[in-house]
Amino acid sequence: MNGPDLTRRQFGAALGGLVIAFSMAPRLSEAAESAARLPGTLEANRRLDAWLRVDEGGTVTVFTGRVELGQGATTALAQIVAEEMDIAFIRIRMIPVDTLRSPNEGVTAGSNSIEVGGAALRSAAAEARAILIDLASQRLGVAPGQLIADDGLIFTKDGAKKTSYWELAGENPLAREATNSAPPKPPKDHKIVGQPVQRLDIADKVMGRPVFIQDLRLPGMTYGRVVRPASYGAELTRLDDSAVRKMPGIISVVRDGRFIGVVAEREEQAIAARAALAKAAVWRVPASQPEPANVHDYLKTRPNIDTKTVNEKTGTASPSVKTVEATYRKPYLAHASIGPSCGIAGFVDERLTVWSHTQGPYPLRADIAKATGMAPEKVRVIHAPGAGCYGHNGADDAALDAALLSLNTNGRLVKLQWMRDDEFGWEPFGSAMTMSARAGLSADGSIVDWQYDVWSCTHNMRPGNRQGVNLLGAWHLAKPLERAVPAEAPLPAGGGDRNAVPVYDFPNQKIIDHFIPDMPLRVSALRTLGAFGNLFALESFMDEVADAAGADPVAFRLKHLKDERGRAVLQAVAEKAGWKPGAKSDGTRGRGVAFSRYETTKTYVAVIADVVVDRASGMVRVERVTAAADAGQTINPDGLRNQIEGGIIQGTSWTLKEQVGFDKEHITSRDWVSYPILTFPEVPAVDVVLIDHPELPALGAGEASQGPISAAIANAIRHATGARLRDLPFSPDRVKAAIARG
Amino acid sequence: MPQTYQLHVNGEVREVTAEGDTPLLYVLKNDFELSGAKFGCGLAQCGACTVIVDGAAVRSCRTEIRSVGTRNVTTLEGIGTEEKPHPLQAAFIAEQAMQCGYCINGMIMSAKALLDRNPHPAEAQVREALAGNLCRCGSHNRIVRAILRASKEVAT
Repeated sequence: MNGPDLTRRQFGAALGGLVIAFSMAPRLSEAAESAARLPGTLEANRRLDAWLRVDEGGTVTVFTGRVELGQGATTALAQIVAEEMDIAFIRIRMIPVDTLRSPNEGVTAGSNSIEVGGAALRSAAAEARAILIDLASQRLGVAPGQLIADDGLIFTKDGAKKTSYWELAGENPLAREATNSAPPKPPKDHKIVGQPVQRLDIADKVMGRPVFIQDLRLPGMTYGRVVRPASYGAELTRLDDSAVRKMPGIISVVRDGRFIGVVAEREEQAIAARAALAKAAVWRVPASQPEPANVHDYLKTRPNIDTKTVNEKTGTASPSVKTVEATYRKPYLAHASIGPSCGIAGFVDERLTVWSHTQGPYPLRADIAKATGMAPEKVRVIHAPGAGCYGHNGADDAALDAALLSLNTNGRLVKLQWMRDDEFGWEPFGSAMTMSARAGLSADGSIVDWQYDVWSCTHNMRPGNRQGVNLLGAWHLAKPLERAVPAEAPLPAGGGDRNAVPVYDFPNQKIIDHFIPDMPLRVSALRTLGAFGNLFALESFMDEVADAAGADPVAFRLKHLKDERGRAVLQAVAEKAGWKPGAKSDGTRGRGVAFSRYETTKTYVAVIADVVVDRASGMVRVERVTAAADAGQTINPDGLRNQIEGGIIQGTSWTLKEQVGFDKEHITSRDWVSYPILTFPEVPAVDVVLIDHPELPALGAGEASQGPISAAIANAIRHATGARLRDLPFSPDRVKAAIARG
Repeated sequence: MPQTYQLHVNGEVREVTAEGDTPLLYVLKNDFELSGAKFGCGLAQCGACTVIVDGAAVRSCRTEIRSVGTRNVTTLEGIGTEEKPHPLQAAFIAEQAMQCGYCINGMIMSAKALLDRNPHPAEAQVREALAGNLCRCGSHNRIVRAILRASKEVAT
């Protein structure tokens, strides 16, 4: 992003000049004695120079294990480092994750980049500053407290003695283990953290510069495509590829069991050969998939379901005088990335080098090593940005596809991109789910008992498991590798039961998670995991119970919520939207509210949706959404706003339009016509209120708003028409039928 | 059989030897090393590959090179420079109008075609003009704001 020859004047001015006296410079020896656990992922990557390098040319290079997914995380991480080192933001150079040189931070997911990765970098950067001041103090013969630092320069008040980070860089000051000895700055001193700094990547993307893996062009690169089986379980009975091998530009046709691919000199040649191979292949396709109409009941009756009470509370309460029950369903959802998955692989310096837009470069490396039978250290994975992924999509699979094509083409560099139908047909979906809730109401209209059951397949089949290989191509080889055995993640993060535990205060509650190990459709992590389904159910049900109690939905929630920050976001959204208890609908317009705390430990979000329902057609239009969010300390308010608003719009799309289509044999939603998403004329206006808590830890916010928006829309439709929608998505025919039922 | 085609791209004449039915997108990306246009679907359904041909926004994934002739092809790289970005480019930066940015080429190019024929679009007209451009991150409202901001600068 910037050259190494920056002058202090150029950039100090832009940020108002950062002048900080080191009166609080820590005594390193003291803290070094305590071998306490290091913050975040610093614990597992303890060398400071694994994270930070001070460059003689006047920049600080940051090695993070977090990948940029278009969520702006690398910009926020750069802000944290600039803040703690007291340097201009523009001096920071963020290095894309590379398994040869970056810290291993596992998978960038679960809204953890700022909470966990940021904590590590904050500690490392604060310590780096202290070390540099200490070094300067020794070199200048001045006590640390007498030194002032300004954007990398370190000097005495009278300016008589001075040095700089950049002069000290040659002494390898960071070649040591971290000790977490330097306290980070108090939030009141923050000048960069908390500011809406412009994202590092946006200018390049707007100017059309090569940024994405899909833009990468390497010398000698060839083009690959894969030909997937006709269905999950299809058997190849015949494939005569002799004609395809003679097509122009074909370098190799790769066949290993059901894994079929082609490598060509030019991209359009590879695409033509893919089409010809698909036409020539004869498959036996079993009718092994469930009927889509009863898929939820089918899943609930699978053998080996693991049923566990994940949360239980018993207390004294008034007797229940009224019981409310309801069951809700969520379909399979697709990540539906705009950019089909892409991988580039080839032998570089005797290593199988793979460029990928994976969320987890190290876990991917482990699975590629297993799938190819290579030693992990002979495989190098370098991250290059892709389109937004929203979880575990085809990125990792495409990386193995490229690797397999390259290994069968003398190690040549192969760039492979999935076609649109590969992406929709083969990506792992977010699981279908069923949620059943039952509440007991006391005579005074309080919830005295809350019972909740959720049924779901796994939400995590990512690469990097100890056993098995979670990469598509590996399952299709002549000697297929086994996929990992799915397992439920423990709460509070959880999987299918993420956000199944309410943050409300009910005297009695029992939450039961029914984990379905079977996977009739391929599933893995989609943004929010089970939280979208659970919050849709939980927050729809809160309205149903409020209705039974004759209570206002906002007041009813506040009545059951002690958490002060939760109450504050609910009150803030009600105020901003001008919520009026008891407001009547004209039969077509309605508004609904919903609230959540993501994963019950992360960002608080409350939303109010305003909808218009066309009673004749059943079409629902979400006109406006008002939201309030508390993500603790805000690192970048514009980035946070963007995440909350984006989640609301994506969640509106999931709620109104989306479900994976399939029949007994095939996945049938294979393009944007068969899997429509929300378009510009349908997108609601969104107004986001942020509640900043600079004194509190920063919380993950990337998945915080999808859950509540679905329920807010359901509650708004109920308010508008009297119809209660319990099955996602709210397609016009469903809405029409619900209105007819009354 | 492959033939040599001379294409007018961003004010220059560029030459490529390929089959006539090759989609313009691949020639732009692989032969001319222009990264703006993106492969999104290959079906003209999402708009990520949009370029402007003689003033009209077209889907380069479904435009055969033999059909282009001597018409002027403009890509995202051709509408502005680092020193002098197009008002749309400047507005997209000012509004930070994206999350992942993969669709943004299509948004800017479709918006340019709109502003070239209607410099003062109403917000609803902007949304209609972009109805065929898909964004998955939910950056729609920022994109609309950026286009309206740019329209104020283009108009005068």
